[in-house]
Amino acid sequence: MIRHTIGRLASTVFIAVTLALFTLPMLWLASAPFDATPTITTSIPEFTLRNFAAILDNPYALGSIRNSVIQGGGAAALVVVLAALAAYALSRVRVPGRDLLLYLLLLLSSVVTGTAAMVPVFELATRLDLIDTHLGVILVVSGGLLPAGIFILKDFMDETPTSYEESARVFGASPLQILRHIVVPLVRPGLATIAVWALASVWGGFLFQFILLRDPDKAPGSVILYTLFTEGGAPKLDLISTFSLLYSLPVVAMYLFVSQRYGFRFHGGIKR
Amino acid sequence: MVRPTSPADAAGLGRGRAIGFVLPALVLIGVFLVFPALWTIYLGLTDYRLTGLAAANPQVVGLDNYVGALTDPEFLTSLWLTLAYVGGSAILGQAGLGFGLAWILRTRTGWVRRAVEGVVLLSWILPSTVVGFLWFALLDRDDGTLNALLHTPGMAWLLDHPLLSIIVFNVWRGTAFSMMLYSAALENVPPSHLETARLAGASVPQQLRDVVFPLIRRHILTNLLLISLWTFNDFTPFVLTGGGPEGRSEILPIYVYNVALRGGELGVGAAISFLILLINLVFALAYLRLLRGQRRQQEVAAAGGPPA
Repeated sequence: MIRHTIGRLASTVFIAVTLALFTLPMLWLASAPFDATPTITTSIPEFTLRNFAAILDNPYALGSIRNSVIQGGGAAALVVVLAALAAYALSRVRVPGRDLLLYLLLLLSSVVTGTAAMVPVFELATRLDLIDTHLGVILVVSGGLLPAGIFILKDFMDETPTSYEESARVFGASPLQILRHIVVPLVRPGLATIAVWALASVWGGFLFQFILLRDPDKAPGSVILYTLFTEGGAPKLDLISTFSLLYSLPVVAMYLFVSQRYGFRFHGGIKR
Repeated sequence: MVRPTSPADAAGLGRGRAIGFVLPALVLIGVFLVFPALWTIYLGLTDYRLTGLAAANPQVVGLDNYVGALTDPEFLTSLWLTLAYVGGSAILGQAGLGFGLAWILRTRTGWVRRAVEGVVLLSWILPSTVVGFLWFALLDRDDGTLNALLHTPGMAWLLDHPLLSIIVFNVWRGTAFSMMLYSAALENVPPSHLETARLAGASVPQQLRDVVFPLIRRHILTNLLLISLWTFNDFTPFVLTGGGPEGRSEILPIYVYNVALRGGELGVGAAISFLILLINLVFALAYLRLLRGQRRQQEVAAAGGPPA
């Protein structure tokens, strides 16, 4: 009994410390945007909404959020559709060397999407005339996200029973119909997870957007935030904090929506 | 008429349609991932530079870049820093904390669980440029919130403890993935097994070692592989320290950036990238080996013993 009480106490302390560690850095995001004279220190704000008016006057701020929506949404849609098709086929049909191929692609994607392939990606985009286009960003980042997307989705597909598909086939449903009407509803949490993950990583992504887009009218919020930070030397704390908050809200809202509606989790976990 | 197919092909896809389903994804991956990777390998064999004569007309120099990198003490220092960063922030930090949280929250319900899961996930989904600035504000030397809280004004965390700073930062940033994966894994552990162990007088560490870990070994390995790879190739610490001071937090991705783009030596940078790829390959092979060993054990157990 004593052991149980000590254990309970220890776990409560552990939870409290974790909560503090994870909340502490975020406090600034909640206080500074509303502060008339924001500083780097987190403090009780002298309340104002003027900072939000100031950010609306910035010529690129609102447009950059629209660009982020186009690029993030486009990439998420492309990744979900292509990864679902590929994961389904790889899960249901035995292809020789399938696992090895998946692991190699996963390995390649985690290495190459960093700084390693910056120069080739830039030259490739130049030759394909994709510089300064939303499509260029969407295609490049999707290529990097797809392997992990297929890898995770295939786990979800492996877990769904095949008996529904067999009976649907007896009634003459085509494979695409089976995928749309039977498999997709079953793996919806997996699709939602991939969509949120893809959109969140494009939303916060900086490197490729920075390289592929020169026109500030096409730049997403993550790049614009960086320019607010560097232009003119001293960071403009009022604009930075306010824009950070505005730019964070859509992903948070999307996460809340998806987790309410579909459940945001790896339900069976990664298995085979 | 339904064509006869193997039992593994429940939807009747057939090989042709299966290839059709996989092809669009493979084409995209091929053009925008595999092709740049191959190009990087070729660049690693040349003296390609960002500017100057070698930019217009690069010459193949063979393995010079590789020999140069492997004998450069800066590369080796950077490699050790990276291993410390991966070990500290991914394997000990993210996986350890993620499992701890999943284990403790498993028995909790209500607002405590929702609050903890909420903040941990929030730190994962916030845009990385925003997160970089948040930590900058937290750790700032003169006005940082941490110094104000600890009453240590003027403590330059990022200058005095750069590696520790980026390790804690990465734990904060990435624990959510491990926590979610282990939560899902722990749902597969039958509560009756744990109950039996507890009644037999097993302590928590014993329960973990004898009941939980063997059951979720596969999840642990997958988790460790993914977070090691992601952390090994993570460029985000650049926003915090830029690799400094004096290269004390210059992990390999930042080292590549400094060599290739700041120093303009694209060929050397590409060669180092290829070395990073090889190191990652070793990680992945070790993991596959462990997995295969486990499968064989299971087969032996299934063939030998009665069904559990």
